[in-house]
Amino acid sequence: MNKLISSVSPHITSSKNTTRIMLDVIIALIPAAVASVIIFGLRALLVIGVCVGVCVFSEWGFEKLVKKENTITDLSAVVTGMLLAFNLPVGIPLWQAAFGSIVAIVVVKQLFGGIGQNFANPAITARIVMMTAFSGTMTTWVIPDSVSSATPLALMAKGEMSSLPSYLDMFLGKRGGCLGETCVLALLLGGIYLIIRRVITWHTPVVFIGTVAVMSLIFGKDIPYELMSGGLTLGAIFMATDYSSTPAEKWGKVIFGLGCGLITVLIRFWGNFPEGVSFSILIMNILTPFISKLTRQKPLTGGKKQ
Amino acid sequence: MRFLKLRGTHVPHKKNTAGLSPVRIPTPETVVIPMSMHIGRPAEVKVKKGDEVRVGDLIGAPTSYISAPIHSSVSGKVLKIEDITISNGGLVPAVYIESDGLQTVSDSVKPPTVTDFDSFIEAVKQSGAVGLGGAGFPTFAKFAVKDIISRVNTVVINGAECEPYITSDTRTMLDKAEYIFKGIEAIKKYTGLKSFIIGIENNKKDAIERMRSFAEKTDGVEIKELPAVYPQGGEKVLVFNTLGKIVPQGGLPLDVGAVVINVTTLAFIAEYLETGMPLTEKCITIDGSAIKEPKNVIAPIGMTIGDLIEAAGGFSAEPSKILYGGPMMGITVPSLEAPVLKMTNAIIALDEKDAEPPKTTQCINCGACLNHCPLRLDPRAISLAFKLDDPESLKALCVDICMECGCCSYVCPAKRPFVQTNKLAKAKLRAYLDKLKEEKK
Repeated sequence: MNKLISSVSPHITSSKNTTRIMLDVIIALIPAAVASVIIFGLRALLVIGVCVGVCVFSEWGFEKLVKKENTITDLSAVVTGMLLAFNLPVGIPLWQAAFGSIVAIVVVKQLFGGIGQNFANPAITARIVMMTAFSGTMTTWVIPDSVSSATPLALMAKGEMSSLPSYLDMFLGKRGGCLGETCVLALLLGGIYLIIRRVITWHTPVVFIGTVAVMSLIFGKDIPYELMSGGLTLGAIFMATDYSSTPAEKWGKVIFGLGCGLITVLIRFWGNFPEGVSFSILIMNILTPFISKLTRQKPLTGGKKQ
Repeated sequence: MRFLKLRGTHVPHKKNTAGLSPVRIPTPETVVIPMSMHIGRPAEVKVKKGDEVRVGDLIGAPTSYISAPIHSSVSGKVLKIEDITISNGGLVPAVYIESDGLQTVSDSVKPPTVTDFDSFIEAVKQSGAVGLGGAGFPTFAKFAVKDIISRVNTVVINGAECEPYITSDTRTMLDKAEYIFKGIEAIKKYTGLKSFIIGIENNKKDAIERMRSFAEKTDGVEIKELPAVYPQGGEKVLVFNTLGKIVPQGGLPLDVGAVVINVTTLAFIAEYLETGMPLTEKCITIDGSAIKEPKNVIAPIGMTIGDLIEAAGGFSAEPSKILYGGPMMGITVPSLEAPVLKMTNAIIALDEKDAEPPKTTQCINCGACLNHCPLRLDPRAISLAFKLDDPESLKALCVDICMECGCCSYVCPAKRPFVQTNKLAKAKLRAYLDKLKEEKK
């Protein structure tokens, strides 16, 4: 008795914690994971499993090595693993997927200080590294009927509009592409869940996708195809909303989404690559500290006294 | 300005005791009355060991302008005068009085003669009234303003009671409504102020209804329903949500033409004007996971927390943490020997599970803290500037306006102790500014 704790207020906290947030993201990614297995077969599950496993293991191993507190229970490595897998073609050699996972966790995340400290999105950056290193396997697409083919974006770039899948097939994800990016329906479900759970706000995805829509309209492109192809939905909902590498404030998110949208169409319409979502997010990640500074909310000082 | 909406957060209400009228606690054997139960200089002890005192006798006199007189809450004999440790860690002299159990009222207790502004201010000063919402700012000083009619437009009466658990202000509004309005009449009569707004969170329908029924019969009183979003009772938040004005940095509500007074303080002043009995007892909400029977009680100031909880039904579990006030801004009670103070509106005792500090993890940069700050501060940036020992940045980040409401710490998924850091950062900024001033000289 009489041993009372002394501490600074507040003495209660909300039930939200990092693990719960990451669990919500995982839940939001599950529809797209299920869709990937339906569309691309069981190998999709294998790729996801390898990425998640290697991400978690390399986080655990790195922290062990540098004697840091273990953080695998916060589930953020699981999220990175799932997102990276979603950004790979289903036929990727597993050792390459494992390599990408190590790059994401060790190089992009842990070397900068771990969760919350990385300036770039680990999954996006690892994907770009892999595209450079394994350009062959990273662009070998499998379409649902198991024939190697080009993605809709590649077809559009070549002007082969007649070989494009229907709008409905695009919406359901029956097209060539990375394993988690194709099913727009599943990704939207996940996005709505995240907004309802208040894990993300609508600003970044809506502005990002909206910018691409407006630019497509201006330049006379087929808007539904532009919006449903490539990694736009996946990137806008799950990658451009990453906490540590994007602005925290509302207007910062709007600018971030706008920048992503503009860079995406710039690369898509005039660049050498058919897809620009990954690069746009990485470039905007780098600009994030400046955007945050620019849009920092003004404290309500009510005009100074004295 | 009209489009501006102050942020905040939803906290559990836990108003378990809202329906319970306060019960009077039997007088304890001894009371411990510290000389500092207000903002300002501690009072000076006016009694010595062995003195006989009665209820309402002056035992501590103010030592400067911002200070408050202190009165005995029991009749009996002064046992000793000894320094005690108060919640902020400082030592303050306290008068220990052994009660004779008779509660004989002092001859000095008689209704004050109030005829004009000056005698009104003097009466409020003599009553020992301080801000009973928890801050403890001497009440007379809020009204002792030259040309009050030209400088103050509205008296904002704080019935928000936004902290979880606490219902003592709710009880005042329900049980002492007539005194709140007598207080309004007194302010009208002696200061000439005409406009009053009572702000109440909309989760207290009974209180709103009761206040409305009185306001209909009184000129110049508006009842303002506030959203039940913490912290409506914060002075700056209340002033904005009732008057639409922001209290300037380093300023007072007076700078935007407002005086803010808590409902319980106002009701007390009206009672004092009628009876002359100074502030010697308080209505206190007793609740929390370690309390057997949550209830509202009326207890003498100076009763120890241990005696109080014992008399109110005891603990249901070993208490690990006890608070003066609510869980968002409450101050931890150092021991069960600590006394009930003038501004104590609740005693919350938490069991081991509730008192366990949350595990702090690395910041994930989610921005919840800055997106919930009512004053739009950036707690992440403040923490960083504090860690980097950068007072210039702290100044630019306006950490000095932080009211320590606790929204940032509450919502943080990484459970970072922002309020603690902000307190330290404020002290660092103050020291830095003082040093600058000195160097200028």
